[in-house]
Amino acid sequence: MAALIGVRCLTRACASVSQALVAAPNSGAWRNLCTSAVAHAASRSQAEDMRVEGAFPVTMLPGDGVGPELMHAVKEVFKAASVPVEFQEHHLSEVQNMASEEKLEQVLSSMKENKVAIIGKIHTPMEYKGELASYDMRLRRKLDLFANVVHVKSLPGYKTRHNNLDLVIIREQTEGEYSSLEHESARGVIECLKIVTRTKSQRIAKFAFDYATKKGRGKVTAVHKANIMKLGDGLFLQCCEEVAELYPKIKFETMIIDNCCMQLVQNPYQFDVLVMPNLYGNIIDNLAAGLVGGAGVVPGESYSAEYAVFETGARHPFAQAVGRNIANPTAMLLSASNMLRHLNLEYHSNMIADAVKKVIKVGKVSQEGCGFRALALLFGEPELGPPFPRGPQNIFCSLIFPCGSQGCSSPPFSWLFHPLALLRLLVTVCYSLFPAPSVGSFMAVLMQHLRLSGLSVRGEHGGWRSRGR
Amino acid sequence: MIMALKMLTAANCFVKAMLRPSTLRHSLGILFGHETSLRSFSFKHSIPPSAKYGGRHTVTLIPGDGIGPELMLHVKTVFRHACVPVDFEEVMVNSTSSEEDIHNAIMAVRRNCVALKGNIETDHNLPPSHKSCNNRFRVTLDLYANVIHFKSLPGVETRHKNIDILVVRENTEGEYSNLEHESVKGVIESLKIITKAKSLRIAEYAFQLAQVMGRKKVTAVHKANIMKLGDGLFLQCCREVASHYPQLTFEGMIVDNTTMQLVSRPQQFDVMVMPNLYGNIVNNVCTGLVGGAGLVPGANYGPTYAVFETASKQSGRNLANKNMANPIAMLLASCIMLDYLKLHSYATCIRTAVLASMENKGVHTPDIGGQSTTLDIVQNIISHISTVN
Repeated sequence: MAALIGVRCLTRACASVSQALVAAPNSGAWRNLCTSAVAHAASRSQAEDMRVEGAFPVTMLPGDGVGPELMHAVKEVFKAASVPVEFQEHHLSEVQNMASEEKLEQVLSSMKENKVAIIGKIHTPMEYKGELASYDMRLRRKLDLFANVVHVKSLPGYKTRHNNLDLVIIREQTEGEYSSLEHESARGVIECLKIVTRTKSQRIAKFAFDYATKKGRGKVTAVHKANIMKLGDGLFLQCCEEVAELYPKIKFETMIIDNCCMQLVQNPYQFDVLVMPNLYGNIIDNLAAGLVGGAGVVPGESYSAEYAVFETGARHPFAQAVGRNIANPTAMLLSASNMLRHLNLEYHSNMIADAVKKVIKVGKVSQEGCGFRALALLFGEPELGPPFPRGPQNIFCSLIFPCGSQGCSSPPFSWLFHPLALLRLLVTVCYSLFPAPSVGSFMAVLMQHLRLSGLSVRGEHGGWRSRGR
Repeated sequence: MIMALKMLTAANCFVKAMLRPSTLRHSLGILFGHETSLRSFSFKHSIPPSAKYGGRHTVTLIPGDGIGPELMLHVKTVFRHACVPVDFEEVMVNSTSSEEDIHNAIMAVRRNCVALKGNIETDHNLPPSHKSCNNRFRVTLDLYANVIHFKSLPGVETRHKNIDILVVRENTEGEYSNLEHESVKGVIESLKIITKAKSLRIAEYAFQLAQVMGRKKVTAVHKANIMKLGDGLFLQCCREVASHYPQLTFEGMIVDNTTMQLVSRPQQFDVMVMPNLYGNIVNNVCTGLVGGAGLVPGANYGPTYAVFETASKQSGRNLANKNMANPIAMLLASCIMLDYLKLHSYATCIRTAVLASMENKGVHTPDIGGQSTTLDIVQNIISHISTVN
């Protein structure tokens, strides 16, 4: 859906992240992999051995929709970064008829053994087929993943209406409106039960305050509708207040869900950590994700006392994007980075997170996908796109340093000596000045024809193409 | 001249969701075919004749809490200056009122059939037997449709432009059924009730409204993937009604996706229909998108009665008596009420004056980024009315 702002190139983003990872300076391990072919092969087999021996096993559930593609992206990036993680894949899907009790048991035993998992969205069909609780919910209940944490943070490089947002949404995930207790009491009258218990409310409140303490946050806001659901949400509110007394340094306030939604849209900066029951959490997660760029941008995780599951913040299968290579892998990659931090692989975690943020900041993969792709073909770097973000001020930069912001080893203006230099100049100027990608695409198609007819645009010794690998 | 024409067309296109449910006689046929809810008192009591004498209407006025009383004063001032033939019967009800007072207020609305209401706060600390006042009004008077027209107003700076959404919210059942109990110590069960009759009724209302207002698409907001029976029934009823309106497009959207779409691309929505809680949330999100709680009026319609109030039920306690509250929402709500009473010329006059004063950025209250006081705006509106008359 258009909720994922713009159209993004999946493999290109992922490959550019891999590229950025490999290009990371001051890493002895990476330089080893880059020197010579022989050394490369030897060290690679060493790396493989290392992976099998010291690798962390993690359960992977690709799920439905674009889940498999996103998981593929994660695997590629992990391979490029040589992350010592071994994925054990399981396929559980209600809509694709790959769900059964045995499969669920298999997945559960795998997750219980590994304690850490990365999952995609297991879509819940809307038709009532005899079972009120979906597989997704049953999984969460069986593992008692009671806390869902979504850290909503503005990423520099995405153009959104709100900048510098930084809030955390903590949602109780196992009870509330999602109890799957419904029945037709009289003909034409359905009763759905919303269950609120003291123990679970206290547990999630304590989790929220502990999280705030650990991350150094100053305020926790409980979101409720206790004016209407006096007993239910009243109990939730009461539990939050009781737990708040144990944390005198953290400010506690409450807000009704409708006012909270309005405030999020008008002034989201007033919020820090939010804690709420199940349904409100689902709605606010998605609302906040929409504020910073959509479902493809926000990572999320679910915790129980023993297990941790990493996934996207706003859970959508995005079935329309399957096979079209347009889904945004940012959310899943950031979530994978969080998973590595949880596994104490700080170095790899930071590397992946920094690489993703760099790619987004530089604007290598962005909204006007076709224009960028076109220029990428032109410069012979299909995965990287144009060297600088567009804009007249960057014409001169891109003319002087054709290989991009990463810095390069070629001398300035080296490209002028190339036969197609003049055409390149023209395209750069056009692209920088005209907002419509069509001009760039037309020129790029022209260039591609020229390339195919034998004129190469690549330098001989790395030249203006090298990126300091 | 051109300015006046522009404003008049703007006023014409503006919120006039005054579709009287009582004219939808055929919809009652749907109701008679199913069991009627025991809570709809309007079927038990005979409908009194409207309170119009000598060309003047009588309307119940319930100021409520917080900024309610001062806003109602401003409404009365503006009505006086525009010579509107409406008399107000004031009923004082607030969060500390007794059962007797609330009962009297409901009787007053039943007498006059039309009311203009501020928000009555609900104290959470009172025992659960004290139900929310606003909710009691809605349920007792069977005001089943809450209709709010969200439109981007000229002169107000917002992050989103060109919003034009009509939200129809079911007002009497769903999560607001007030049926809760402690089954086991430390475990509370709250019941959410969805009935076929009320779902069909609200769907019918929404589609009729869309047709009358010349709209193209109706979106039903639900969470039927989780509440398969409850919201599944709601969705099924909407689909049934949609089949009778082939010229309107119908789509269903899950509430979490809806809120995300609303903050990224609200221009895709046209008419939305939904159960109670989601309606509350979506209304408040949309209010935030068009400029805040001080700008949007709302209306609650039942088969016999109509109550007009602001869209978001914020009592604004911290703004009370500070001369800072935004009177626009309440004034526009009173305009919708005048349209309902068929006093169209007065409604257009006041609405044009309000829109004219909003164009002038110098008279904006702090909530929309200005420096003026409530009185400044009201004076400005009154001067516009005087120049026109």
